[in-house]
Amino acid sequence: MALIEAAGIHVRFGDRVVLESIDLAVPEGEFHGLMGPNGAGKTTFFNVLTGRVKPGRGSIRLGGKDVTGFSPHRIAAHGVARSFQIMTLFDEFSARENVTVGLPAFRARGFDMRHAAANDSGFAESAMAVLATVGLADKAAVRARDLPYGDRRALEIAVALAQSPRVLCLDEPTSGLGSDGVQRLAALVGRLKGKLTIVAIEHDMEFLFALADRISVIHWGQVVARGTPHELQQNEWVRRSNLGRFA
Amino acid sequence: MTSTSPSLSSDATRLVTPAMLVLWLVLATVPLWISRVGLYPYLGIEILIWSLYALAFNLVLGTAGLPSFGHGAYFGIGAYAFGLCQFNVAANLWVCLVAAFAVAGLAGALVALFISHRRGIYYAFMTIAFGQIFWTLAIKSHGITGGEDGLLKIARLPADFGVVTFDLADNVAFYYFVLVVFALAVVAMWRLTHSPYGRVVAAIKQSETRAAHLGYHVWLYKASIFTLSAAISGLAGGLFAMAQLAAFPDVMSLHQSGYVVMMTLVGGGLVSFWGPVVGVFVFLIARDVIGALTNAWMLYFGLLFIAIVLFRPEGIAGAVTAAFQKHSLIRRQGNSAMRLLFGAERWR
Repeated sequence: MALIEAAGIHVRFGDRVVLESIDLAVPEGEFHGLMGPNGAGKTTFFNVLTGRVKPGRGSIRLGGKDVTGFSPHRIAAHGVARSFQIMTLFDEFSARENVTVGLPAFRARGFDMRHAAANDSGFAESAMAVLATVGLADKAAVRARDLPYGDRRALEIAVALAQSPRVLCLDEPTSGLGSDGVQRLAALVGRLKGKLTIVAIEHDMEFLFALADRISVIHWGQVVARGTPHELQQNEWVRRSNLGRFA
Repeated sequence: MTSTSPSLSSDATRLVTPAMLVLWLVLATVPLWISRVGLYPYLGIEILIWSLYALAFNLVLGTAGLPSFGHGAYFGIGAYAFGLCQFNVAANLWVCLVAAFAVAGLAGALVALFISHRRGIYYAFMTIAFGQIFWTLAIKSHGITGGEDGLLKIARLPADFGVVTFDLADNVAFYYFVLVVFALAVVAMWRLTHSPYGRVVAAIKQSETRAAHLGYHVWLYKASIFTLSAAISGLAGGLFAMAQLAAFPDVMSLHQSGYVVMMTLVGGGLVSFWGPVVGVFVFLIARDVIGALTNAWMLYFGLLFIAIVLFRPEGIAGAVTAAFQKHSLIRRQGNSAMRLLFGAERWR
């Protein structure tokens, strides 16, 4: 049974159909890439998957449980973490605090008003371990807004990883990164691969084709091709389309 | 320039900080010298009550980033609840203060139900609308609130501790009672701000979207912080009813709600826990000192407000903090230069 099962997802904004009918099944541990031209509906599908947008039709199941229409906080509680294309960090917090707020143990004490958050060394240790994973341990005390762009991208992923998720959704994680940054990110995602189920929207085809187990091509609000990177490179539609240049 | 987060400071882990002790000590001496500098003891009471109110308001504006512009309603509801409880339920100080806290909190919770899914300008407008509704109700409900005349003859009930009872009729005695309530409330709000709950609320202020995707029920946090703020504002309102020996609807009006916003912003509530207290001092001292010279004191305070919004939007506390940081940076850079010139040991 697939960990993520999306069936017949349909989304309409006013009179504009954004997602016609999307089906997707991602087995546990798979890195599944989503590609397609701008405006194809990739991010909207991501938003449906993570609870930001409620689909007009269709269903989403996580580990067999129907989570269709759940709000983001309930989806997150089911083990789905995400990063954002436009970076969404707690800019006034330090890198460590950004990660701390993402920890499930911290979330469990979210209504604790009696104890000082900074007094709990367990939070600090867990947060530092996550920051070390993405190479930010030495910048733990720096405010998020003061971090360089590449480090902010890494922190985005660290905050998502702090949730100990079953599913990690990455929305254009290489966006705005230089070649060094992309290489570091690829190394990080490579280390995570297999430990987590990853769904990633990405325009960097080199990055995606190197890492993904399978890729779905979304266009006009539907999946027009799907397969392993090798299969997609042979796919007639992909070869004919603009995307074929990169594949 | 990179900077570290203030939340990592050691004060965040303390229940009582050195700044609190200094403030309380200074405030404890106020009755001894306030008359000698041409002011009067009642001003001290006003400053403490408004400071409590402004700190409570800043839980919503500064900590949660929610623009509430009708907060006077909860201050006023607390005042009326105190008086009505005294007249109709029990003439007991503790019962009446609990009533002020609880009734204002209930009113806040009711409003929070309707506004907590909003943000920005829509949130602000909703708070104004509800504030105006409560103000109108207070004016129109003659039989309960006394209408525009207000609720008169509210007594300063004695503080009965079982073994000992303190009469609060005298302004100095009442000042010290309010100081104790203020000190306890400051400790509670400081801890709340630095608790996991306070950090989540501060996170929501920075990004509701991110907080929701981390598993936080954003609506519930926004509703609860608004309710708590309203309840503590009500407690301040109850003390104000005792101070004034009456409860009037004008404290619930839009322009009175605006005062607490001005105090908080001028003081620097957006960047500092103590900003609202600074703002209250500046506002009330300006009212009395400039007000003694001209009736148009608000014109001058308004100009100060405009200047601060234009040039120092982080307020007085923010400006002072920035000056300290700049000073310490210059000292650090100076020391680095001295280390280069004269060796490390001497300047360590």
